[in-house]
Amino acid sequence: MGDLGDLGQQYELASKMAILKEPVDTPLAPRLAPLPRTLTVRVWRGAENGGLQQFEVPRLENQTVLDVVTYIQRNLDATLSYRYACRVGMCGSCAMSVNGKARWTCRTHVANVATDDTLEIAPLNNLPVIKDLVTDMAPFFDKWAQAKGQFKGARTRADEFARVLPDSPQRKEVDAAIECIGCGVCYSSCDVVAWNPAYLGPAALNRAWTLVNDVRDTANAPRLAAVAGDAGCHACHTHVTCSERCPKHIAPTAGIAGLKRAVAVAAIKGEL
Amino acid sequence: MKNDSRARNHPAYWAFIVHRASGLLLALFLPFHFWALGQALQGAPALDGFLHWTQQPLVKFGEIGLVILLAAHMAGGVRILMLEFLAWRDWQKSLLAVAAGLSLAAGLAFALNVV
Amino acid sequence: MSIRTQVLLWTAQRLSAAVLALCVVVHLVTMIYAVRHGLSAADILGRTRGNYAWLIFYATFVAAVAVHAPIGVRTIVGETFGLRGAFVDVALVVLGAALALWGGRAVLAVFAPL
Repeated sequence: MGDLGDLGQQYELASKMAILKEPVDTPLAPRLAPLPRTLTVRVWRGAENGGLQQFEVPRLENQTVLDVVTYIQRNLDATLSYRYACRVGMCGSCAMSVNGKARWTCRTHVANVATDDTLEIAPLNNLPVIKDLVTDMAPFFDKWAQAKGQFKGARTRADEFARVLPDSPQRKEVDAAIECIGCGVCYSSCDVVAWNPAYLGPAALNRAWTLVNDVRDTANAPRLAAVAGDAGCHACHTHVTCSERCPKHIAPTAGIAGLKRAVAVAAIKGEL
Repeated sequence: MKNDSRARNHPAYWAFIVHRASGLLLALFLPFHFWALGQALQGAPALDGFLHWTQQPLVKFGEIGLVILLAAHMAGGVRILMLEFLAWRDWQKSLLAVAAGLSLAAGLAFALNVV
Repeated sequence: MSIRTQVLLWTAQRLSAAVLALCVVVHLVTMIYAVRHGLSAADILGRTRGNYAWLIFYATFVAAVAVHAPIGVRTIVGETFGLRGAFVDVALVVLGAALALWGGRAVLAVFAPL
């Protein structure tokens, strides 16, 4: 290949060479020989009425799906719209549908999901598509509010601290479900959300469950009424897809079953 | 946009499909079942006439299917009752395997007896 | 339909399910036993005619089914075809009544024909 100059140039050359099928050994740094593979990535473009557009992306050894989307937007098509923030698996903003399953793209290694060097990346299901990989999260958070997923306490700063023992049964229930960051993966994965437009969904119900078990909360009666019925916890058919897909390993299915029991008790007591 | 089969490919979802399909098929079968038994109102020979019709191999095969559907729907239903009314435990995934096993056992026992 | 009624439907579904679980176990065991060496009208009617235990059992079975099946069908119709509302609910009450009547007729048919 002749004289290739400095390391940076060689690396750039290696990335461009990635489209070739044979490995290229550079005399100064053989370790920069590129992986002779590309990913064929189909990405959703447009709104509800859109389609999948194909891109060829260099495949690297350590690569997340977010890296792939970012590469496309920076190098191949600047008009691609997508969301991300922390890119380290804390914020949940980068959630998308990867090969049909909702995931955090920053925490999804290409090696784990790209069978035959292909990827299909689409916006989260069950939410209105604004553009490309960006969905309107408003319905998701509206239902959170409808489920009365907000804490309502009675104490003021003048009162004593509430005492909540961490190993009490109720607090254990809360702790198992409290880490939800509202990423929308569970909501996007739930078929009942798709079949029943009014269904509040796993995240909203899971949050309601944490508050039902919060001994400091005073708004339980209206909350149980809000989560009951055909659009509430009773619509859950225990598909358990939400719990399967939750990146924080929360089981909304468990909380929803708990809500069914709590509502039944409230109904018997005439509190509903 | 809605989910496709890639998101649904896990055991608890298959259990849901079996439960819903079996319930629907059984609900459709029931009126026929009630009519058949109602034949006894015309006396034993009328009921015997119907039972003779059920001797055909295809009908026998259907009956075995019905027994499996009934056992599966019941076992799946008991699993749901346990998931909803007993507090969440880790072994509940195995309930699915137990339910499936029991249904097949029931179907097999019926098949062995009726053939 | 009020929230209370919706919760009541769910509760009725689960209660009838529990009753049916018992009935179905008995029914399956009975059928598996009964079909040995073939099944004839004499076999069936010999067991059920004038037998109050079987009458009560099958009447309970039919009542539970008449509650359980329409509620299940209501969910399927709503989720598969998007059909919801008073018209569907009334149709399913009719279905429940029909199952109760036909089932009741069948139970009486084997208990005391004509």
